[in-house]
Amino acid sequence: MAYEITLATTMAISVLFALSLNFISGFCGQISLGHAAFLGTGAYASATLTKASVPFLLTLPASAVIAGFFGFLIGLASLRVRHDFLAITTMGVGFLFVGVVRKQDFLGGELGMAGIPSPDMSREMFMVFCIFLAAVFAVFSLYIRRSWMGFVFDSIADNEDVTRILGIDASRFKLAAFVIGTAGAGIAGALYAHHFRYIGPDSFGFVQSVSVLAMVIVGGIGSVWGVAFAAAILSVLPLLVQFVDDYKLLLYSALLFAMMRFAPDGIAGIVRRSAARFRRATP
Amino acid sequence: MLYLELFIQGIVQGSIYGLIALGLTLVYGLLRILHVAHAALFTLGGYIGVIVTNFTGSFALAMFVAMIVVGVIGMAVYKFAYEPILHRPPYIALIASIALFIASEEIYRIVFGPFGLSYINPPLQGQIEIFSGFRLKHGEILVMVIAVVMLSALAWLSANTRTGVAWRATVTDPEMAAAFGIKIQNVRYLNFFIASALAAVAGVLVALLNNLVEPTMGSVPSYKALAIIVLGGLGSIRGTLVAALALGVIEAYGTIYLGKILDRDALAFAFLIIVLMVRPQGLLGEK
Repeated sequence: MAYEITLATTMAISVLFALSLNFISGFCGQISLGHAAFLGTGAYASATLTKASVPFLLTLPASAVIAGFFGFLIGLASLRVRHDFLAITTMGVGFLFVGVVRKQDFLGGELGMAGIPSPDMSREMFMVFCIFLAAVFAVFSLYIRRSWMGFVFDSIADNEDVTRILGIDASRFKLAAFVIGTAGAGIAGALYAHHFRYIGPDSFGFVQSVSVLAMVIVGGIGSVWGVAFAAAILSVLPLLVQFVDDYKLLLYSALLFAMMRFAPDGIAGIVRRSAARFRRATP
Repeated sequence: MLYLELFIQGIVQGSIYGLIALGLTLVYGLLRILHVAHAALFTLGGYIGVIVTNFTGSFALAMFVAMIVVGVIGMAVYKFAYEPILHRPPYIALIASIALFIASEEIYRIVFGPFGLSYINPPLQGQIEIFSGFRLKHGEILVMVIAVVMLSALAWLSANTRTGVAWRATVTDPEMAAAFGIKIQNVRYLNFFIASALAAVAGVLVALLNNLVEPTMGSVPSYKALAIIVLGGLGSIRGTLVAALALGVIEAYGTIYLGKILDRDALAFAFLIIVLMVRPQGLLGEK
């Protein structure tokens, strides 16, 4: 059972993390290649706090606030750049995060932080807690998507200039998406740190940022169910295919490439299209 | 003297960045694709260089073979990977390219082994004393010479030949160029061939300077070259060269003076973010 519990917890954290990026890249269309930096910010913040014997549950809002604050700063900076420039800038933020953390002794430097205290709950309880938070964030995403804010996000993703012409302050909404998304990543980071109880700079590098973006795109960019499903599958796929250990990464990247090449609208798109075909066939 | 030494080391590194980033700029200028997998072709160039040199003993032949083979593979990448998804939003091509890059690294590891290859008799290891106490390897001088020759040849070709004019016309306005009878498809193939051949040259040269090719040799250049082309203003050839040389020099000084707070690879992005905040269109970008 212990193994299944670990798997389910990992899945739930990945789902939360992917949904948080879905806010920025999916809803609002701002492609970010550095989202792992905010997972890292949350993880380091929370680990530092619990090591200073702050109760785990209190570190969750703290990590959300700290990650969201950095997200706000990065969001402000990102308002100046668009499209490809934005993708590269956020990628730069990711590298900057890792580069800075590596050199900070109080964050463990190259070696990272080990011996993070376990959360004050049983492993089963922690799993339920993670799933609960991921579910809450999913419901919150669905709610926002149907709200006025969600429509504005949609419109920005579709055509930012037209949104501005309609008299909507697109910058403010983009900032909001950044803050919500990075705060969500911060919470995921706090859970991550206390699940694995070890964090290092390499846990939050470019590969992590790319794989979370891959989850969002494979799921179907902007679709809450698709992204949650893809995140759950892709997070444990590398563990399930241990038997092809040596070819794990090759398989993963080949899958990702094939997806982009043949079904770039992701799982949600495939489902939508086959549902449409089914409906056409039945009447 | 340390200042001058660092400066020259920076220019050598910057020349290599320039060769890699120029190919990326060519691809971006024509197709608006951030071609991360370019760095995989760079690594492949390094492997071919080492293998051919070790088999035949001729470094010049190795360079030639690497350029041709990698150039053709670059064309195949365009044909099979990018062409079918050109009409999709740009992030689709970006993710596809990243996936292709990771897959290539894995393939190199499986085919050539995880520990990398070296030259049996590394060529061009002699040294020249530039001024008292400071020596440059022949290889390092070759890097600068090749960069200058290749890039000026490219500039001359694009300004003075029919093909060059066709290429520039296609970059400026593909539809208009097609209306004038330019075969856009051929221009794109040529573009990928030249870009990939330049990456191969850089790969062979880096393999020479380090006397090592590894499967992961491309991972640092893959993103650093992206930073460089963005710094240069995306699609601007002159801007790319300036940015590449500037970054080489800044890294050379930065590693010495900022090494305690920031590692070398993060420096490029600190520089990038600062520049973009002041000039969102890049160093020499227009508009």
